[in-house]
Amino acid sequence: MGVMMKMVRAGLFATVSGVSLLVMAAPGAHATGMPQLDFHNPMVTGQVIWGAVIFLGFYLALSQIMLPRVGRVLEDRSKRISGDLDVARAAKQDADKAVAELQQARKDAMAEAQSNLQKALDEEQRAADKKLEEINARLSAEIADAEKRVAAEKARAFGTLKEIAADTTQALVSRLTGTTPDAQLVAQKVEGATAHQNI
Amino acid sequence: MAGGSSIDVLGQFELRPVLGGLGEALRFSQSPLYMILAACLVLAFLYFGMRPAAVVPGRFQAAAEVCYEFIRSMAVDTIGPEGAAFFPFIFTLFFFILAGNYIGLLPFSFTFTSHIAVTLALAVMVFLLTVIVSLRAQGFRFFAHFMPAGASMYLAPLLIPIEILSFLSRPVSLSIRLFANMVAGHVMFDIFASFVIMLAGFGVVGDVFAIGPIAINMALVALELLVGVLQAYVFAILTCIYLREAVAH
Repeated sequence: MGVMMKMVRAGLFATVSGVSLLVMAAPGAHATGMPQLDFHNPMVTGQVIWGAVIFLGFYLALSQIMLPRVGRVLEDRSKRISGDLDVARAAKQDADKAVAELQQARKDAMAEAQSNLQKALDEEQRAADKKLEEINARLSAEIADAEKRVAAEKARAFGTLKEIAADTTQALVSRLTGTTPDAQLVAQKVEGATAHQNI
Repeated sequence: MAGGSSIDVLGQFELRPVLGGLGEALRFSQSPLYMILAACLVLAFLYFGMRPAAVVPGRFQAAAEVCYEFIRSMAVDTIGPEGAAFFPFIFTLFFFILAGNYIGLLPFSFTFTSHIAVTLALAVMVFLLTVIVSLRAQGFRFFAHFMPAGASMYLAPLLIPIEILSFLSRPVSLSIRLFANMVAGHVMFDIFASFVIMLAGFGVVGDVFAIGPIAINMALVALELLVGVLQAYVFAILTCIYLREAVAH
């Protein structure tokens, strides 16, 4: 890079100095002025008129035909993009609504199921309670019945127990003493003993 | 255009009638011919670029659309909402000058923007347009612009002539800027190209040294590509600025 630059610089220096010498030495170097300022040449002024015509034609072709065409394409595109965006937005709104409806339906269904379940549970509970009550009632009735029978049985057993005790006492006493005790006295004593024994 | 030992850098700007006697009678030189070519090239570019009119543009169509949108945003951003009405004019102006500058870079072609008559005509057209638009939009209040608001009345004798002079110098600066840039570029091309031919006369040493001016001319092509678009842009943006002042209320 540095070598290249140095070469270019050297070449430039050499050419400039060489050519300036040449130019000074050149006898035919033109010094007639710029052709652009040669207003005697009808071509110089002619290009103003032609330029005006061409510029006008160019302007009309652009403003009437080409630029509206480009503008239409750009407008169509932006319209289409915004239209697509609108469609997408509407679709999103619909989807959102559907999701909300779905969620509402789910919530409703859940609430209904919950209430149904609660109702069923309540009914079941009530039925179970009733059955339990019935069973309890029956059982308590049976228990009361049985207790009554047990009490009766017990009373009867106690009744006969005193008789047996009196008979046994009489038999024991007569065997031991050889005399038969008074039945009434025995019964009285047995009565006293049982009372004492709290039977 | 170097002939023998002489350098004729200005010969390239000479106008010659085309089509022989008919061209001479109609004052039709190669300059209007290249203007037609430039206009046709731009129109063809837009026509063939926009022919698919696709929603998703190809490269060619995208390029045409970029040109359209670039000038449109320049016109609307600079001039304001009224700029849309001037957009076709700015577009025409920009691409007329740009195509003229770029076609002129092709070897053996002609640069019509290197003629002061052409650039001055364009600048005077812009100038007259701004004056007409100003008078139409602002009426006689337009003349109030020549007295800067808030300036002391004692300065009026000094300020008003200066403002009028600067206003009137607009077409001059506009036209000479473009003209001088194009002429300078092409003169430089010609000078360095002449060096190559002259150095060729010095045998092997000259051939080696001739690499220098060739390299410079290659760099100059890149520079001129930049200058060509820059000058077209400057012309168009200054027109937009003048029009903004014209439509401002």
